Amino acid sequence: MQPFTRHTGLVAPIDRVNVDTDQMVPKQFLKLLTREGYGRILFYDWRYLPGEQPNPDFVLNKPRYKDTSIFVARANFGCGSSREHAPWAILDFGVRAILAPSYADIFYNNCFKNGILPVTLPDTEIDELFKRTEANEGYRLTVDLEQQVVTDDRGLRYSFSINTFRRDCLLKGLDDIGLSLVHEAEITAYEKKHLRVPSLHGTLDLKYHLE
Amino acid sequence: MAPRTLYEKIWDEHVVREEPGQPSLIYIDRHLVHEGTSPQAFAGLKAAGRRVRRPELTFAVMDHSVSTKNRLLPVADPDAAAQFEALARNCQEAQINLFDMHSRNQGIVHVIGPELGITLPGATIVCGDSHTSTHGALGALAFGIGTSEVEHVLATQCLTQFKSKTLQIDVQGKRPRGVTAKDMILAIIGKIGIGGGNGHVAEYTGEAVRGLSMEGRMTMCNMSIEGGARAGMVAPDDTTFAYVEGKPFAPQARDFQEAVEFWKSLASDPGARYERAVVLKAEELAPMVTWGTNPGMVTQVTGRVPHPSSFSDPVDRKAAENALAYMALEPGTPIEDIPVDRVFIGSCTNSRIEDIRAAAKMVAGRHVAKSLKQALVVPGSRAVKTKAEEEGLDKIFRDAGFEWRDAGCSMCIAMNDDVLLPSERSASTSNRNFEGRQGKGSRTHLVSPTMAAAAAIEEHFVGIRNWSSVDGAE
Repeated sequence: MQPFTRHTGLVAPIDRVNVDTDQMVPKQFLKLLTREGYGRILFYDWRYLPGEQPNPDFVLNKPRYKDTSIFVARANFGCGSSREHAPWAILDFGVRAILAPSYADIFYNNCFKNGILPVTLPDTEIDELFKRTEANEGYRLTVDLEQQVVTDDRGLRYSFSINTFRRDCLLKGLDDIGLSLVHEAEITAYEKKHLRVPSLHGTLDLKYHLE
Repeated sequence: MAPRTLYEKIWDEHVVREEPGQPSLIYIDRHLVHEGTSPQAFAGLKAAGRRVRRPELTFAVMDHSVSTKNRLLPVADPDAAAQFEALARNCQEAQINLFDMHSRNQGIVHVIGPELGITLPGATIVCGDSHTSTHGALGALAFGIGTSEVEHVLATQCLTQFKSKTLQIDVQGKRPRGVTAKDMILAIIGKIGIGGGNGHVAEYTGEAVRGLSMEGRMTMCNMSIEGGARAGMVAPDDTTFAYVEGKPFAPQARDFQEAVEFWKSLASDPGARYERAVVLKAEELAPMVTWGTNPGMVTQVTGRVPHPSSFSDPVDRKAAENALAYMALEPGTPIEDIPVDRVFIGSCTNSRIEDIRAAAKMVAGRHVAKSLKQALVVPGSRAVKTKAEEEGLDKIFRDAGFEWRDAGCSMCIAMNDDVLLPSERSASTSNRNFEGRQGKGSRTHLVSPTMAAAAAIEEHFVGIRNWSSVDGAE
């Protein structure tokens, strides 16, 4: 996973509450076997007209948002399906950070597994960011994970909080499977200790004929 | 020890390692896998040279992309075929139990888990699917995970997790005639909002919940995620134990009796504190119908499509405007005046035997409206299908003009060829009415199986409480 320390980039407004992951990656793209190449698909049904012609009304198709790498979004961003294809698509599209008042739990978690920083800010600050983004073409923000601040070049400075563990993993780009496997002895000890609950931890009775 | 909730007891039982300020490493008892969200996890595992730690605790099934028509024909969609092949290969290499599309145990992952006794009270259960919350109905801690976490569980049989907050949802009193578990959960989501449960694990309590069958409890827990709660739970009781007894993978004989004693200790202690509590009175509930593009946009069947101006928050007002434009509905329209093109009875929310029976009772001796384009019944598993056929329910549906299909996720997610065409409107027993969910441009109204069956007969939504075939109050 690529680490996230500090990122400066163009901001695009995704001005809808409760954006679900079905909108980010519609189901017809859930049959691919890889993690790569979903950037073209992001927000597919909003972004394209029939024949995959760009829909000129959709925000990300406007020339001023062409090189977007930060989203400012509304509450409960990423609700619905657990599909990790959603953060894969966001990352592949070129976005490294999201700013919103709240996120759905599974999506929030999935972002951290893919080097995307989801920043949580109060509604009033998000409202202000929407205003600035829409009013100023080429509006850019810097998201600094080390300092835990979001800044622009006009004096805006919002600090945000984030769990220290999540922050460290993102700063260092850590592989959390590797981190857990460090504790393999404890996992084995847990398994041995709990074998006494045969219904859960023992070897299942696979004599049941599976066909 | 201080009084603990059901969630806290299961959590404590599964902590492998904890450190202040850090997520805990918790043990996973059952890992369910399907073709849609697992190929990248197996590929990642292989690339890192890792192995599946506990293949015997991992169960795989083909459900999302399977055809519900003739499975003996070759898979027409090459992408779906590639998914199936990948799952079969991955399971064979790792020695994982796979219920492929030809297995008599095949079905939707959240239907077959409980049905086979893979899902047990007190267990931690995960799956790369947000509706894993379903399994909490048995008193398990069950939640959906992303593909990276699927890989993590395959490699370690553990997950790193932050402890959730607890949310008690207490449904007091008896539910009235015609009100099902689906109406209860839709009313709850309408009340708390689709992000209302974010960061929480929900526990459903109260007389109306206790009065539900296991199927009904599964319907409620299934849609916990639609209210933002990653997991939903019901404390195990005699209804639960009677359901689990004799299931193929459940403990048998003396092991079962011992297990029941342990399971009885899981219920939340008197005086246990929840971080949040919500109360609903069952007698105030009615059959529900969604009018918008998320499950929280819902009202009673006797109600009307709301006016966006009735929402005080400008963000909500705009969302309602967008939803009504997408759904092609005028504010103030009586819900009963909304016509439907297709009816879908199925999905991990409402495809169990009780759901099929309730719908069959509504359509027996009647016929779907002439103008209806399609009425589908898709049993949640092949076991449900077989049972329904033994009871002659397939004949009732066929005689009434329904199509009787093979088991799978089908038109809930429309990854196979069961789809709505653009601008078509459905009455659907599934769980999500998001834009495009059942096909690009599709318009979904979520309802219970009885409401969907009645809509198929009348071609529009109907207040079913006067139908003699509607079950009485419980």
